[in-house]
Amino acid sequence: MLTILFDGVAYGMVLFILAVGLSVTLGLMNFINLAHGSFAMAGGYIAVLLVNRLGIPFLAALPLVFLAAALLGVVAERVLYVHVYRKSHLDQVLFSIGLVFMSVAAVDYFMGSQQQFIELPETLRRRHQILGIALGGYRAFIIVACGALAVLLELVLSRTRFGMKLRAGVDNATVACGLGINVNRVFALTFAAGSGLAGLGGALGAEFLGLDPTFPLKFLVYFLIVVAVGGTTTLLGPFVAALILGVADVAGKYYVPAAGGFIIYTVMVAILLWRPHGLFGEAR
Amino acid sequence: MSTATARDFFRRRTAWRPLEFVFWLAAFASVLVFPSRLLLVNDVAILGLFAISLDLILGFAGILSLGHAAFFGIGAYAAGLVALDLAGDPFLGLAAGGLAAGVVGLATSFLILRGSDLTRLMITIGVASIFLEIANRAEFTGGANGLSGIAIGPLVGFFPFDLYGRTAAILSLSVTFFLFLLARRLIFSPFGQSLRALKENRLRAGAIGVPTHARIVAIYTVAAIYAGIAGALLAVTTQFVSLDVLAFRRSAEVLLVLVLGGAGWLYGGLIGALVLKVLQDQVADLTEQYWEFWLGLVLVVIVLVGRDRIARLWRLPRVLLR
Amino acid sequence: MSPALETVGLEKRFGGLTAASGISLRLAHGARHALIGPNGAGKTTLINLLTGVLSPTAGRILLDGRDITATPRHRRARDGLSRTFQVNQLFPGMTPLETVHLAILERERRGGRWWQSAGSDTALVDEAEALLGRFGLETVMTEPAGILPYGYQRLLEIALALAARPTVLLLDEPAAGVPESERDRVLALITELPREVSVLLVEHDMDLVFSFAERISVLVAGAILTEGTPSEVAADERVRAAYLGEDGNG
Repeated sequence: MLTILFDGVAYGMVLFILAVGLSVTLGLMNFINLAHGSFAMAGGYIAVLLVNRLGIPFLAALPLVFLAAALLGVVAERVLYVHVYRKSHLDQVLFSIGLVFMSVAAVDYFMGSQQQFIELPETLRRRHQILGIALGGYRAFIIVACGALAVLLELVLSRTRFGMKLRAGVDNATVACGLGINVNRVFALTFAAGSGLAGLGGALGAEFLGLDPTFPLKFLVYFLIVVAVGGTTTLLGPFVAALILGVADVAGKYYVPAAGGFIIYTVMVAILLWRPHGLFGEAR
Repeated sequence: MSTATARDFFRRRTAWRPLEFVFWLAAFASVLVFPSRLLLVNDVAILGLFAISLDLILGFAGILSLGHAAFFGIGAYAAGLVALDLAGDPFLGLAAGGLAAGVVGLATSFLILRGSDLTRLMITIGVASIFLEIANRAEFTGGANGLSGIAIGPLVGFFPFDLYGRTAAILSLSVTFFLFLLARRLIFSPFGQSLRALKENRLRAGAIGVPTHARIVAIYTVAAIYAGIAGALLAVTTQFVSLDVLAFRRSAEVLLVLVLGGAGWLYGGLIGALVLKVLQDQVADLTEQYWEFWLGLVLVVIVLVGRDRIARLWRLPRVLLR
Repeated sequence: MSPALETVGLEKRFGGLTAASGISLRLAHGARHALIGPNGAGKTTLINLLTGVLSPTAGRILLDGRDITATPRHRRARDGLSRTFQVNQLFPGMTPLETVHLAILERERRGGRWWQSAGSDTALVDEAEALLGRFGLETVMTEPAGILPYGYQRLLEIALALAARPTVLLLDEPAAGVPESERDRVLALITELPREVSVLLVEHDMDLVFSFAERISVLVAGAILTEGTPSEVAADERVRAAYLGEDGNG
């Protein structure tokens, strides 16, 4: 049971890192980016290339993955997304779905449709016995790494000037602009960081989420759940939502395997019915 | 201004345009003109009906849904199961499809009443995902293999469904036309007017006495029935139900089709369906994954160019047809 | 005989903020009642409470003696309570004719009919046209409301509220944003309203208020400060104090 909890927490942590970029993007620019998963997928495949083909050690490859995905985010944002900010939600949905389809087809073409596995270092693959519980080394690594990242993000948000500008922009972009904050630049940087984090999450999660061209669509619902349930005004909201989702999904698949993702979707629909603006969000 | 002007306004709006007659005559004539492409005609009619069903909620009530395939899929499975377990009458299948989808539509309609666009998006995706999961895992739906071995009896006892697809095409066209007529009536009715109002300004609509929630529930249910019948048509005419009737891809595709032709005027869905299916047919030799890429590219381009600019392309046909 | 509209201890709290406290207001039948107060006093909040856009934290609302505190928005409209909005709330893609016609249809409980053509009942169409004519909108009645000049939109805003033949009409700053030249027209239309309609007027324009109102309530910081005839209110020192620093319009 504790193993399930452990696995679920690891799963939830990765989901958080994957989805946090989407949450901030939505909160800051009111932009529904359904293609967020594509950046995660890109990160995963870049990791595969770096580690499996180029032989770069896994841990060393991770920062490179972050940078590559962030760069991809910057390019996509400046070239494509910037034209769609002011458009209606329908347009944003159409646009981002289009990007998803394009990215999925492209990856399928270049890398094939089979699932990809990243060669993990020996140290991480071992299972450890702590207090009589069998803990996977990799899962432990995930929890530590993602936990540290989450703390780092919170520090950036609350202690740095950039974080302050970001929070101001999320709260009220118009007023923030009026205060002299370059909201567009904050957004571009945030989008890049969010994409980078998504890519990192994709690389970290490839091991147990499964990396193949269907990744963006398969996990789209999960990202949206984290954002819709966790809200877009805090970091804590999506964090808690992701953990709940991770544990619920792992537990559900273990205890009631026949139900599959059914439980998750039902829980999500139920929560959204009860609180249409998410557990932590506010009406905007 | 004479009183005639106001009355004329309403009369002119609901009157049939000449080009509309041409459109439908051409549609039915295609069965005779393209005897070897009847499967395509069938596909266009079904997709067109599915697009009309989405138009009812998106174009006329402003509800953004990415899970409309749920109703299409439920209709398909219901029709298939009825044919397998009860009787292979095509109309029974259509009725079962419409009914099943309508019930689910009614039950889930209250989910989309409140919340933001994102919430609605989520809930519609979520509901469709739930049904996809059910169909994937349940035994009675055939799981990942879908339903096969469906035997549909001849239409009204005389016209068998053969490989040439003639009966299929005529059935699909007729059903689509009939449901189109109903939808057209609905759009120009007081009910349709109130839908337009609540789409444009829900706050004011409520303030002038429109029971907004009741109206939305009603149109969502009707749209679900339409989508269910479209799905049932697919099951009945192809005698097979695959799992992808519930796939996200299908919800995205019908949204693209509607956007291509323009939402809010019924013919948009039909024209969009025609364009997409003909294009898909022409590039059929390209593999599956290429198709998805171009689909995505078209979506991106449409948005970047601007839907209103594309709508201007349709302005002439819109005036002539609508 | 119960008042046309009455509130009993109406209260609205948003977390720590009290937007309305203990408001007990009575609108007599055929009233020409104005509600004034400095900015932020809670006048629009009160209108939102009365029409059901907001639900009160405490208190009751009675329409002609009937408790409508829990009645949904659209039913209040059907029961005869109509309002205009401070910022025009119209249907940009619909023509004035269709807009007003729809309100009439809903009044006649015909809005849900899906099998009929919208314009089939010509009597209702004629009524819509006549109403628009009274407001001078007949020349633009087949143009989309969104492209009409602001003054016309404002007139449509009021016409729309009247289309329902309300028993109680709440006007939220009808002259707001209306150019000087058109204000007389707005005032004339409001003054011409039949006595069957009880009117509560929220306004900043003091000329408009004092030429129209027979009774004035003063709302300050969410509570009724005083109430009385125009001369009583004008003479009240507390009212002047409340408005200190505020420029009355006009």
